[in-house]
Amino acid sequence: MAPSGCIKINDTLWEIPRSYKQGMKVPARIYASKPLLDSMDSSVFEQVTNVATLPGIAGYSFCMPDGHSGYGFPIGGMAAFDTDTGVISPGGIGFDINCGMRLVATSLTWEEVQPRVQQLVDRLFARVPAGVGGKGFLELSQSEFRTLSEQGMKWCLKKGYAIQEDLDRTEENGCIREADASKVSERAVERGYKQIGTLGSGNHYLEIQVAKPENIVDQKVAGVFGIDRPNQVVLMFHCGSRGFGHQVATDYLQSFLKVMQSKYGIPFRDRELACAPFTSPEGQDYFKAMNCAINMSFVNRQVILHRIREVFSEVFGKDPMELGLHQIYDVTHNTAKVERHLFEGKKRTLLVHRKGATRAFAPGMAGIPGEYRAVGQPVIIGGSMETGSYLLAGVQSAEQSFYTTAHGSGRTMGRNQAKKQFRGQDLEKRLLEQGIYIRTSSYSGLAEEAGAAYKDIDEVVRATESAGLSRPVVKLVPVGNIKG
Amino acid sequence: MADVAFEAEGTSLEELFTSAWNATLRVMIENPSALHSNSRKSISIEDRSVDLLLVNFLQELIYYKDAEALLLRLEHCRIKGGTEAAKLEAVASGEQIDVKRHHLGTDVKAVTFHRFSLKQEGELWRTTVVLDV
Repeated sequence: MAPSGCIKINDTLWEIPRSYKQGMKVPARIYASKPLLDSMDSSVFEQVTNVATLPGIAGYSFCMPDGHSGYGFPIGGMAAFDTDTGVISPGGIGFDINCGMRLVATSLTWEEVQPRVQQLVDRLFARVPAGVGGKGFLELSQSEFRTLSEQGMKWCLKKGYAIQEDLDRTEENGCIREADASKVSERAVERGYKQIGTLGSGNHYLEIQVAKPENIVDQKVAGVFGIDRPNQVVLMFHCGSRGFGHQVATDYLQSFLKVMQSKYGIPFRDRELACAPFTSPEGQDYFKAMNCAINMSFVNRQVILHRIREVFSEVFGKDPMELGLHQIYDVTHNTAKVERHLFEGKKRTLLVHRKGATRAFAPGMAGIPGEYRAVGQPVIIGGSMETGSYLLAGVQSAEQSFYTTAHGSGRTMGRNQAKKQFRGQDLEKRLLEQGIYIRTSSYSGLAEEAGAAYKDIDEVVRATESAGLSRPVVKLVPVGNIKG
Repeated sequence: MADVAFEAEGTSLEELFTSAWNATLRVMIENPSALHSNSRKSISIEDRSVDLLLVNFLQELIYYKDAEALLLRLEHCRIKGGTEAAKLEAVASGEQIDVKRHHLGTDVKAVTFHRFSLKQEGELWRTTVVLDV
C-alpha cells in the first residue's frame, strides 16, 4: 500500500514528495494504475524513496508500472544521475546485469508449426541448456571469454554465430564500447566462461508464441517490425549474464561498501544501495566491468539465437533465412548507460540506471535501427508463461521518464508462496490443456512461475500506454515454453 | 521478489554457518543426500566481520556450482575470531550435477544483503539471508 503522503498526479502517475523522508534530493514518481499501485509491496515505496537520496540524481526517482520489491532499487526502478556529480550503484542495475529480452520472427504460421511444436520444444530444450549448473556448447578459454566480454556481438559476427542484421537490431548494436575485462575478477570469469548459450533459471525462459489477428493492436507498426501475417509464429526469450554478471555485481557491491561512507561520505540506508561517485576510481572500474557483463549477456542471447536457427532449420529442413528467422529486436533490462537527454531545458549527459526497466526511444531518435526509426524503438514486455507477452513501440511522451518503460508483468507473489500454492506437475498439465507445451528443468521452479504469481500483463500494458511511456503493437500468446 | 529467504540458527557460529550452507544447498537440490562425495574442496576465508564472512562462505557454494558444476555438502567448518575480524576453514565434498539422480531446484545466483541479519540472542546465533535466484 502506498504511503499516506503519496499524491495523485493523474490516473497513472503518483508522487511521493521530498518531505516524505529526510535526505530525499528529488521526489519519487510511480507510474501505475490505482489497482497496480495498491498491489505494490510497501518496500517498493521505501526503496524508490531511498534512491531519491542518492547524490546527483536528476529529476525524480522513478518506478515503472510493473514495479516490485528488489534489492536497493525496486525492480522497475529507474534513476538518472549527473555524470559529474552523481553515483553509480550496482543496486540500481541488479545482479543479473543485462538480463534482457529478444524477439525473433519466423515466416511460419501456427498452422505450419502446430504439428511440430512438441518436437521443436523438445529439441530446443536439448540445445539450449536451462536450470541449475547449465553449461553451453562453446569451448572457450578464459582469455577468449574476456575478449568476447569486451567485443559483445561483434565477436559473434566474427565467429559465425551472428549476421550483421542481428547486431543492427540489438540495443547498442550488441556492444558497449567502454568495457575493460581487466576490471573483472578471476572468479567472475570462472563462473561465466562455460555458460554462454544457457538460459539459467528463475524467470528465464524461451517461448514459441503466436501473433493472433485479434491481438494485433497496430497492424501498420506490427508490419514494420516484421509481424505481417495472420497467426505468425515468433520466438521470445529472456535471460542474462548468468554467473558472470552476478559475480561482477557481488564483487563491486562489496568494494563500494568499503568506500561509500568512509571515503566518499555518502550515508548508508541499505547495503544493497551501496554506490560510489561515477567519476571515482571505484565507480569507473565497476562501470567498465559491468559493461563487460552487458556484452557477455548480448553474446549469450546471440548464441541462443544461433541454436534456435539450427533447430528450426533441422526440423523444417530449410535454411533459417528461408524460414524468416529474423531478429525483431533485443532489449536490455538491467543496465546503467551514459545517455544524452534534455533535462531542465539543456542537453545533459546522464548515467541512466534501469533496473527491470526498458529503454524506449521515440520515433526519429538516433540509436533505433533505420527500418524502425519512423515508428519508434521496439519494446518487448514479457508476461508469465500462461498469460502472454507484448511487443510495444517507443513514444515521444516518454521523454518524461528519460525514455524508459516497463519490462514485464512483475511478481505479486513470492516464490515460496507460489510453490505452496501450485504444483509444477499440475501446472504443466493445465498448460498443456490450454495448448501450451512446456519443458522444464525443475518442477518446483515451474510452480514459482505460475501465471497467478504475476501481475495482470494487460493491466501493466494499459497503464504503460496511459502514462505515455510506450504503446502496444501486438500481444503474443505462448504455445510452447522452455522454462529455465 | 526474485528471491528465496531463509532463517537459520545454531548454538555456535559453526552450527549457524552449517545450517545456512545446508539451506542454500537445499534451494538448488531437493535431495542433497543423493550427492556422492567424489570431489573435496577446502575453503579458507578471512573477512572484516562475521556477517561478511557468512555471505562470502555461502558464495563459495554458488561459485563451485557455476565454475565446476559441483554441488557440495559441508563436512565441517571452524571459525576463529568474533564479530569484528573472523577467519573460517571448512571442507566440503560432493559431485558434479547429474540431472538423472539430482532433483534440481532453483539456481541460486547471489547472496544478498537485503534484510540480512546475523546476531546472537542469548545462547543462540540467528541469521536471516535472502538469496537471489
